[in-house]
Amino acid sequence: MFNARTPAHRRYVRRVFVAMLGYLVTFASADYLLSRDLVNGAAAWVLAVVPALCVASVFWALGRLVIEETDEYQRMLLVRQLLVATGLTMVAVTIWGFLSDFDMVAPARGFYPVWIFFFSLGIGALVNKLTVGDSGGC
Amino acid sequence: MENSLKVLRAARNWSQSDLADRLGVSRQSVNAIETGKYDPSLPLAFRIAELFGLTIEQVFVSPTQHHSRAI
Repeated sequence: MFNARTPAHRRYVRRVFVAMLGYLVTFASADYLLSRDLVNGAAAWVLAVVPALCVASVFWALGRLVIEETDEYQRMLLVRQLLVATGLTMVAVTIWGFLSDFDMVAPARGFYPVWIFFFSLGIGALVNKLTVGDSGGC
Repeated sequence: MENSLKVLRAARNWSQSDLADRLGVSRQSVNAIETGKYDPSLPLAFRIAELFGLTIEQVFVSPTQHHSRAI
């Protein structure tokens, strides 16, 4: 994942690193302060949302990578990887949605699809490796 | 798409990395084009041909011509 091949990919790795560092710091802070009821009202909402924005910024970084990648082969690998990840996430969410509607499983938490998507990026890289010969992408 | 990139590169004693640097792409891209796993866009095909001082047709074999040759 951190095999930076192009300048755009190096920028992507830096952005994801900053986003994840921000996530760890803000999530730990929010968890500590909110679980002890040390913050209330609007500030509590902000504290709860900031870690989510850190995770969301990874999607922004992925979008920037697609735009900034000038190596067309690497961009093709990335787009294929993103399509696999998006497709698998949609399939998982749809199946889980129907199962929970029929009371067969518990409703999933809102951010689970995000983790499924990140996991599916790995599957996308594997699909690239098996079909094109290079994992590429992000 | 079949091409003579490997031969042209070898004639100049360039490694895949050398060629990739000259084209401004990754080594994986050069390898994928050489082995026919990836067909470059028209702008990249022009860059490759111009780097060797050739036309696109002299570097890349048209898929339709390749097909008719096989028949």
